[in-house]
Amino acid sequence: MSTNATQFQAAAEKVTGDLRQRQFIRTALGNYEIARDLRKASFQSWESARQTAATTKWQAINHLDTHLEALVAKLEARGTKVHWASNGVQAREIILAIVRDKKARSIIKSKAMTSEEIHLNDALEKAGFDVVESDLGEFIVQLRGEAPYHIVFPSMHLTRGQIRELFQKELGSTSSDSPEELTMVARQVMRHKYITADIGFTGGNFAIAETGMISITENEGNARLTAALPKTMVTLLGIEKVLPKLSDLALFLPMLATAGAGQALTCYNTMYGGPRQPGEVDGPEEWHVILLDNHRTELLADAEQRDALHCIRCGACLNVCPIFRNVGGHTYGTTYSGPVGSVITPHLRGLQDWKHLSSASSLCGACTEACPVKIDLHHHLLQNRRNAATEKPAFFERLGYRLLAFIANDRVLWLVAKKIGRLTQPLQHFVKGTALDPARAWTKTRDLPPLAPVSFKEWWRNRS
Amino acid sequence: MVEEPVMTERDKILTRIREALQVPAAQPGAHDARPATAAAPSSAIGEARRWLPKVGASFDEQLALFAKNAADLKANFQLFASVEELNAALVQLRVAENWQRVASHQAELSSRACTVLDLPVCWTDRGYDVLEMEKCDAGITECDALIAQTGSVLVTTRSAGGRALSILPPHHVVIARRTQLVADLTAAFALIQQKYAPDYPSMISFITGPSRTGDIERILVLGAHGPKKLTIFCL
Repeated sequence: MSTNATQFQAAAEKVTGDLRQRQFIRTALGNYEIARDLRKASFQSWESARQTAATTKWQAINHLDTHLEALVAKLEARGTKVHWASNGVQAREIILAIVRDKKARSIIKSKAMTSEEIHLNDALEKAGFDVVESDLGEFIVQLRGEAPYHIVFPSMHLTRGQIRELFQKELGSTSSDSPEELTMVARQVMRHKYITADIGFTGGNFAIAETGMISITENEGNARLTAALPKTMVTLLGIEKVLPKLSDLALFLPMLATAGAGQALTCYNTMYGGPRQPGEVDGPEEWHVILLDNHRTELLADAEQRDALHCIRCGACLNVCPIFRNVGGHTYGTTYSGPVGSVITPHLRGLQDWKHLSSASSLCGACTEACPVKIDLHHHLLQNRRNAATEKPAFFERLGYRLLAFIANDRVLWLVAKKIGRLTQPLQHFVKGTALDPARAWTKTRDLPPLAPVSFKEWWRNRS
Repeated sequence: MVEEPVMTERDKILTRIREALQVPAAQPGAHDARPATAAAPSSAIGEARRWLPKVGASFDEQLALFAKNAADLKANFQLFASVEELNAALVQLRVAENWQRVASHQAELSSRACTVLDLPVCWTDRGYDVLEMEKCDAGITECDALIAQTGSVLVTTRSAGGRALSILPPHHVVIARRTQLVADLTAAFALIQQKYAPDYPSMISFITGPSRTGDIERILVLGAHGPKKLTIFCL
């Protein structure tokens, strides 16, 4: 068994035993569902909106090359510097080169999952630069030295008491544990950072091919400030983020807000079309946009699962997933957790190393139903299982089933096997769940149902 | 000997994309038991309007919807019958919050508001000092549109005095005209394209209520990084 899988199991066991955390997550996500359903109900037809969104994304992804070329031409025409990175190493090198060229000391970041994907903070810190996450949740997990727990709600696993202690220890704050006061502590710290930072770093939610714009969705205003005050702006964007037209946002912005957080519209939805233009009073002098592949083209090549690139990172599939709700976000050990993470991580980081994620699913289909762009998530999990088994057949499992088939096909052998089973099963009781138990994987946390004392056939024959 | 042309990362990525797209992918909804309902994607956006939350056709309905949305978002929206009423409300706000200085940009409505307020003003039009703006009690701007469907204010670098003015001061005051009210996001995007294409402002932003966060126990807190208060005064 690979270490990723054993780590997953160990972490899952720990979190599922933590009833307080499970209750906490369940309450938070339960409230999310109530808000989301209210918003969905305000749509004239949420289902048709999903279908239109899926069709629009399908069009965008299946003509990705032409859309990207149009996007880049428009961006460059207005003075934006566009870079292409095939992988994380290249993206980090490009960003480090910009930072060094600008002789920057401090960098303020707004939330970007792509930067988690390429471990940008690590690289910048190792190179001696000061990096601060400005999104409140990201700031909290950065102070704790943790990865985000959830792609939309990074610090949802922490109580206000834990955050108060963290701020006390790391920032010397004397705040109470009221969420208002804690938020104001972060606001004060960050105000100074925005004004003094040399570089503002952002991600992006959508890229508009028609007009050459990158759209950023946020609630706090941290991305707006990041894109307004520092002299240089750097944006790292996955190549799959393109939408054909500006007016497509009229559908995608409300859908992202509804599916992501149960809002009608997120507080700030901002489209950037370039660095500061002639006649404008502020904004960055330079804007660098880095288009990141990092195995996305490999996922694109899998026509069966190509729609996984439609993902708008709203987190809806995580929120409804019974596995995510019980094992939590950190258990996955991946940048993208939950159902969509389980689907795409094997493509991004290797099927054999991450195939266990496909089994961390009840295949209930709640994710597929929640997805605003109709990604066929639970079927993709099945396809990953199939692909993993085809690529590298499980020898003992296959042998086991062959043996079972052989015995079950022979009447005498089957009778003998039943007899042996009935005789030996009581002995299993003594070793249940221990290393000596052959059915340990099952019996560690469950009972093995006893074989019926009389088979149906015997009962039928002996009935009076 | 023919020298092989050097492939840039751009060429490599685009080549990989084109190779990947050689195999077509099934249309969305193909796995559904129910047949797909969407028509041709080219008409997708006219269509989107039919699925999104409904907006009434008349001005009064749209105004009522905007007012309701603004209230839900905890924004302060007020409609005035005359300039005098607007001026009185501005002065009232200045007194109530004890404003000492404000930031603004030179445009008809915002300049007039600053004259009425009679306070030191940090004007952004010819460049400004960020530290000075940070000390201002309010940022006063105009806007491009108000959106009934979502209760949003649409601002751009050109209509609202740059990128920072509507986000840095702790209170954002928007002065708008009722004729700027549009039905929905679709209409707002059409307006942007009509007004600016192809020379778009470098920033276009939909502001939907004051800045907020739910990152601590998913409890709503206003004023995370942007303005704690959003006031929309409409003439």
